Amino acid sequence: MENRITDIGPPHYAQFFPPVIKKNYGKWKSHEIVQPGVIKYTSETGDVVYAVRVGCARLITTDLVREVCEIADKYCDGYVRWTTRNNIEFHVTDEEKLRALLDDLKGRKFPNGSYKFPVGGTGASVTNIVHTQGWVHCHTPAIDASGVVKAVMDELFDYFGSHKLPAQVRIALACCLNMCGAVHCSDIAILGIHRKPPLVEDDRLEHVCEIPLVVAACPLGAIKPATVEIEGKKKKTVRVNVDRCMFCGNCYTMCPAMPLADGEGDGIAILVGGKISNRISPPKFSKLVIPYIPNEPPRWPTTVKWVKKILETYAQHARKYERLGEWAERIGWERFFELCEIPFTEKSIDDYRLAYDTYRTSLHFKFTSHVEPM
Amino acid sequence: MADIKKHDTPMVDELKSGPWPSFVDDIYSYAEKHQKQACFDLMGQLELSYKHKETHWKHGGIVGVFGYGGGVIGRYSDQQDKFPAIWAFHTIRVNQPASKWYHSSALRKLCDMWDHRGSGMLNTHGSTGDLVLLGTVTEQLEPIFYDLTHQMNMDLGGSGSNLRTPSCCVGKARCEWSCIDTQALTYDLTMTYQDELHRPAFPYKFKFKISGCPNDCVAAIARADLSIIGTWIDDIRIDQEAVRAYVGGELKPNAGAHSDRDWGPFDIQKEVIDLCPTQCMYWDEKEKKLYINNKECNRCMHCINVMPEALRPGTDTGATILMGAKAPILEGAQLSTVIVPFMRLEPPYDNLKELIEKTWDFWMENGKNRERLGELIQRVGLNRFIVDVLGLKPIPQHVREPRSNPYVFWKEEEVEGGWQRDVAEFRKRHPA
Repeated sequence: MENRITDIGPPHYAQFFPPVIKKNYGKWKSHEIVQPGVIKYTSETGDVVYAVRVGCARLITTDLVREVCEIADKYCDGYVRWTTRNNIEFHVTDEEKLRALLDDLKGRKFPNGSYKFPVGGTGASVTNIVHTQGWVHCHTPAIDASGVVKAVMDELFDYFGSHKLPAQVRIALACCLNMCGAVHCSDIAILGIHRKPPLVEDDRLEHVCEIPLVVAACPLGAIKPATVEIEGKKKKTVRVNVDRCMFCGNCYTMCPAMPLADGEGDGIAILVGGKISNRISPPKFSKLVIPYIPNEPPRWPTTVKWVKKILETYAQHARKYERLGEWAERIGWERFFELCEIPFTEKSIDDYRLAYDTYRTSLHFKFTSHVEPM
Repeated sequence: MADIKKHDTPMVDELKSGPWPSFVDDIYSYAEKHQKQACFDLMGQLELSYKHKETHWKHGGIVGVFGYGGGVIGRYSDQQDKFPAIWAFHTIRVNQPASKWYHSSALRKLCDMWDHRGSGMLNTHGSTGDLVLLGTVTEQLEPIFYDLTHQMNMDLGGSGSNLRTPSCCVGKARCEWSCIDTQALTYDLTMTYQDELHRPAFPYKFKFKISGCPNDCVAAIARADLSIIGTWIDDIRIDQEAVRAYVGGELKPNAGAHSDRDWGPFDIQKEVIDLCPTQCMYWDEKEKKLYINNKECNRCMHCINVMPEALRPGTDTGATILMGAKAPILEGAQLSTVIVPFMRLEPPYDNLKELIEKTWDFWMENGKNRERLGELIQRVGLNRFIVDVLGLKPIPQHVREPRSNPYVFWKEEEVEGGWQRDVAEFRKRHPA
């Protein structure tokens, strides 16, 4: 193509700043959440801006973006931003416009009644679930993403638009162990898992895969090269030591002739207690508390039930400011399992690398219903 | 236009109900209004996935725009006969403006282009931060790229074994806590490393994420190979009058984040002093004054979060540079490790770029195929990486605690007399 240009980079961010943002860049002094979903920022210059945060599906259409544009034009001189958790933020500088905007947002619904722009996601709330592609667009997922998120958020809707929790609860979903959604540090993580070893397509493998890369891809060395005879012809392929497979799917990423998706085998694991912030305690990984829940489209009732159960048990017992993982550590994980009524299984005892770090090496445990004197 | 064939999607349709925004309702509304077969077919294929509980996207598909090795991800349906409008359904990653501010004029242009050349569906935004256009065919890739660059002044982001699109928090644009100019830095790094962003030359992906303060709103510490997190090296600023206003109940703690539950009146001792992880604060009830022993503060931000009107980060600001975070595949999940406790960050950021380029040189030379930086650091050892590779001084800030085993890999030159010994001489002293 003529006059083709490359490597121009992203649009410069400053051109999309509303005037009040541009003027007060680096001068913000403080903020206050005036109601769930509405944050008032005050500048050293005396200027004020209200950010109105609304939930949004991650997968949307250009028509919805146009509606966002229409709202932005009407109240915000056309300016709008998205957050890292897929919320939309509208900014206004006076209270009258704020009220009009909030009224307007409340009235916008999809044809079947769901809110287009629910206001919330600030403070001690559940904010939008960050998630991956799932069955809508990914080639390795064990579960859907948008559908599970919709089902969970419908159930937790009240916690999005209110400040009832002890602290913020960040929920994230990744549709396989690749974790494009980085759920490994979330208060509650919904994770798609495979549970059957890869199928090996012997007649196709050597044509579509580089065998040394496939062998090297397995973190547990469970894959070795092999040769088989098919219709009198020798074919290079691989064999999987299924006892060593931990279903990570890395071999499939390297080799399309080793699929592992399976409607019966795949499902959801729940991990809890991770966080990113350095506030009070250091960032933490999420811990596996429910190793498997079957895939239950279209509304994943068991997953929804457990997420809600964990959230509400935490809400009932934790102290103000205490994140889910901090609460679990304070009361002890044995008490966490008891209070949440989650059956403890051997699957929550680590047997991967560095497992020893998680073994109990002290008498600082509590007697819970799990203990039966011997 | 071809016939519009609508598939029955009873299970997917169940996701139209409930209060949370329904992507299904959105997509069907759009499909019906614009007579867009791709949307109907996508929902049809999703229904099939709900039935089979398996994805129906084929593995892989290498496509892209001329001269770029990243930014487009090929995707093909494995049910092309049933859903011909999505037989190919490629993803285009568009490099978002830093911290995702837009103007409607720019978004509308993008929407018009995407209606015309793609499915009309998009992700706002992908996990890495890109604005993601979801679903087009190979023939449209060059025209889309041309429209993006010429009409919208937009470029592609990263995919594959290259630098992924850098991303940052809202920073100084709207946050009083940002210790660094996250947007300026993100833009500078993105522009400086366009080649690394678009032409894969690395062993695997590499991510920059930039947060303005230790609250880390973009999860830099968990998700970036190079995590840049703003902090300060001097004292927390205190407005004692505002502290008294919190104690007196005139100001709401934590900026009003707990408004829908009765937690009782604010108690500065219980909610701030006792929760401080270093116990470096003291509230003098008689004097009505807050004291902070800043030397002992580890900048966790709790007190500042609770009393934003009264406390602010210091004014001598910069960032902590950490490296090596990743999700579990392959060696298990890793958080980033502190490499430089404090770095001042002013344009043109030469100090940071020198560190980045030193790190990349080592990783490109020594990293195995699909080995993330964090895994390489594990393999060579953090001490060697810090000292031998980066030429930095080892300091206690690099570790949570010193090692508890004594198995030190001494080097020959560190040991008096070296390692060459005479066994005959040894035996003269110690007959066998």
